[in-house]
Amino acid sequence: MTHYILEIAQALLALLLAPLLVGFVRWVKARLQNRRGAPPWLPYFELAKLFGKEVVMSNNASWLFRFAPTIVFASALAVTFLVPLIAAPLPFDNVGDLLVVVYLLLLGTFFLALAGLDPGTAFGGMGASREMTVAAIAEPTIALAIFGLALGAGSTNLGRIVTATLANPGVAISPGHLLAFAALFIVTLAETGRLPVDNPSTHLELTMIHEAMILEYSGRYLALIEWAAWLKLTIFFSLLANLFVPWGLATVLTPATLAIAVVTLIIKLAVLGLVVAVVETRVAKLRLFRVPELLGLSFVLALLAVTSSFLLR
Amino acid sequence: MMFLFLLMLSAYALGAVGALALGHGTLGRGLAALGAVVGAGAGFTLGVVALVSGQSLSVGVPLVLPLTGFALRLDGLGAFFLVIIGLVGASAALYGFGYSAAYEGRYSLRMMGAMLNVLLLSLSLQVLAENALTFLLTWEMVSLSAYWLVLTEHDQPGTVRAGVWYIAMTHAGFAALVAMFLLLSGGELTTSFAAMRSKSALLAPPARDAVFLLALFGFGSKAGIVPLHVWLPMAHPVAPSHVSALMSGVVIKMGIYGLVRMALDLLGGGPVWWGGVVLAIGAVSALLGVLYALMEHDLKRLLAYHSVENIGIILIGIGAGLVFHSYGLMTLAALGFIGGLYHTINHASFKGLLFLGAGSVLHATHTRNMEEMGGLIKRMPWTALFFLIGSAAISALPPLNGFASEWLVFQSLLGGFNIPVPEVAVLMPVAVGMLALTSGLAAACFVKAFGITFLALPRSPEAEHAHEAPLSMRLGMAILALACVGLGLAPFAVAPMLGGVLNGLGGLPDTRLAFTLNVSLQMPDAFAQMSPTLVASGLLLILTLVPLVMWALRVNRKLRVSDTWGCGRVGQTPRMEYTATAFAEPLRRVFAELYRPSRELTIDFHPESKYFVQSIEYKSDITPLFDRWLYDPFLRLVRFAAGQVRRLQAGSLHLYLVYVTLVLVLLLLAARWF
Repeated sequence: MTHYILEIAQALLALLLAPLLVGFVRWVKARLQNRRGAPPWLPYFELAKLFGKEVVMSNNASWLFRFAPTIVFASALAVTFLVPLIAAPLPFDNVGDLLVVVYLLLLGTFFLALAGLDPGTAFGGMGASREMTVAAIAEPTIALAIFGLALGAGSTNLGRIVTATLANPGVAISPGHLLAFAALFIVTLAETGRLPVDNPSTHLELTMIHEAMILEYSGRYLALIEWAAWLKLTIFFSLLANLFVPWGLATVLTPATLAIAVVTLIIKLAVLGLVVAVVETRVAKLRLFRVPELLGLSFVLALLAVTSSFLLR
Repeated sequence: MMFLFLLMLSAYALGAVGALALGHGTLGRGLAALGAVVGAGAGFTLGVVALVSGQSLSVGVPLVLPLTGFALRLDGLGAFFLVIIGLVGASAALYGFGYSAAYEGRYSLRMMGAMLNVLLLSLSLQVLAENALTFLLTWEMVSLSAYWLVLTEHDQPGTVRAGVWYIAMTHAGFAALVAMFLLLSGGELTTSFAAMRSKSALLAPPARDAVFLLALFGFGSKAGIVPLHVWLPMAHPVAPSHVSALMSGVVIKMGIYGLVRMALDLLGGGPVWWGGVVLAIGAVSALLGVLYALMEHDLKRLLAYHSVENIGIILIGIGAGLVFHSYGLMTLAALGFIGGLYHTINHASFKGLLFLGAGSVLHATHTRNMEEMGGLIKRMPWTALFFLIGSAAISALPPLNGFASEWLVFQSLLGGFNIPVPEVAVLMPVAVGMLALTSGLAAACFVKAFGITFLALPRSPEAEHAHEAPLSMRLGMAILALACVGLGLAPFAVAPMLGGVLNGLGGLPDTRLAFTLNVSLQMPDAFAQMSPTLVASGLLLILTLVPLVMWALRVNRKLRVSDTWGCGRVGQTPRMEYTATAFAEPLRRVFAELYRPSRELTIDFHPESKYFVQSIEYKSDITPLFDRWLYDPFLRLVRFAAGQVRRLQAGSLHLYLVYVTLVLVLLLLAARWF
């Protein structure tokens, strides 16, 4: 029974932290740009506002348009049951490994891209096309990073990766892990629609990717999609934080360890948020056709990571 | 089991005869479909019974044909492929009943019905063949009946050309297979497979290598590996859609069957480079297949290129299995083969489903060009739903079946670090990267295929007036859609079953117990675990909870339907929609080095001012790499050689008499000296 409570508590924690994380990144960015910025908790109000508004739906759209937000949200939420946020190994560790996590997120992307095409606008199609391009080219890096991590642990199960690193702390600073971290960090920027791949604060420019795809959404549907996107950011950050630097995660379930785990998780997320905010302030958005070069770089990093793990084994 | 076997044979035979005798009309079509459905159903049941009971079935020769030299035996591997044939065969035949109604009065339904039954019959006998003669004969029957079916719409442009390419490629392969069997059996084609198994170990290594290479070429030409894949994108689109489903779902799988039977079972594995070559061919086929599919706007050609891709994925699994086998890592080898074979039945079900779905679209809109479709989800809701299931399955999205098998293939590649030789082990991550890129691109391609075909506004009057497919066609699709879901949810049952199939082949151990029969699929040595069943139930739970919670929290539930927002323009027309070409444009630019597209832009300006454009014409075309660098030069060479030979044929009798005399003298001289 405690197992289920732990899992549900972890998912609820992710749901609650996600808006705050995005608000925090925005706030830090504003400060770095000499603006006062909106308070970090503004996204909660955004959600409340969107959930209170009516939905306006295109008359060309089909049932798929109405179904997509729920499945996008559900796939992201399902992943929060599998990713170790506060404890490892999780009770649901045998339900899905790292590959399941990646492909569940791809399930959400797939339906979101279809929903982008559904209303028949040029913007939606453009967003869908670009999102799928970026997702497809990011895929090999993710797979190789998984390979690199699995190599150390002998398993793709998230719990076993974490416990392997905890048991052998030297692995965390091995070249294989560091390179894989760098590769996965670049992919995180691409997959969650951050600069320099996509600009999360742009609207109605020909450069947008994610925002173009969801342009037709409003009301509760938009709220679900936004929340799912923020969840995705939280998930990728937690993967970066807890797979490579697993210290702080509760391996035994006592109130004290869990409290420590929650606090360290928040600190880790904040640090990563800070880094992303700095990156977003310092770099300009890449032209769309330069993005594959960036992802190619991340692929090479991941390949080097795996090769060095092999040779240094 | 014998009863099921006889029922299968007689049903197919009656179906063929019934179709030939009655031919056109509901009755003729019905008889053809009934024979095929009953036969395929019996074959399916026979396969399942054999798999579950683990028994094999030997059929006495005089019972089947009063000819000597025939031998039939059903073992685990054959039973597994019999299940595939039955599954896709029954759905395709059921679907064909409704689909072929449109052929009434235009094409020969007699031949189509009869050949469909003959094709299914010869496929079923193929996997039962127990000696080279039976194997080669059924192989040729499959090729010829499929050729006949491809030529059904013989007056359509491209059909005859596709037929010629198909028959040429498959016969090049057939020649290789004859040579292979002659080499392996020492010239005696009626040698049983059992005898060959013991004989093959005694062959000299170079002869074994030659047998393997001939097998790879012969079976590869059927399976559609790169660069022998050229006939697939030609023949699959022009065949009637249920035949395309059968060809893509089952006929090309015979190449996989043959390769596993030969390389693993009869030859019992080989050196590392065998597996390495299969793995490399698999990876290249997978990636090139999906890349060319992305650029295709003909729905059925797109699916045909995806067959190349999926054959590649299957071969990645089999190749990894062969590599592990050569190092004696038997559990991992079994894992690779299980992944490959699992993907074989998965591909049969989702590709069959997708071809049937494409057939419904073709049936309703009379076009295969995606740029003329759109909005069909509202006009053909069932077809759209089935096509969506197929698209999600082929994109390897959990919890459907494509994911389960790709996961297994991934896991077997991840096991590559157990290989003791670093140079070989380092190649595994490259295969992982290529497989991952392939699956990502496949997802992109199916967003395009489904989105452009079924979503948004119809782009042509035909699409606007499309209608839902009749009941029999929907039923055919429903069977395969259920198979996609079922096979996806039950890898914990399928993987041990395949472990049983592979048990003993080429010295593989019994891995039935290596995979636990819990809901989670557990890898040998607890390498990894996952459970699509639990993932699916979790997803379902969240999908129902989300609206409930939103309702409980009194979220605003109003919904207003209004015009699409369009930056201030008044009406929306289909011309404003994103097209398939536009969708694929970013990837075309990313992979421009490979595609090398030709572009042609003609702008017709107004004579008064260059600021007014009267018309713009844009043409872009992509010639596949292999057409340009391999087949075109080869065909030119053949034509040149034929031109040279023609000089001998001057048509003059005197000249021919000189030839005869010359040859006679040469022969006499040769007889004198040698």
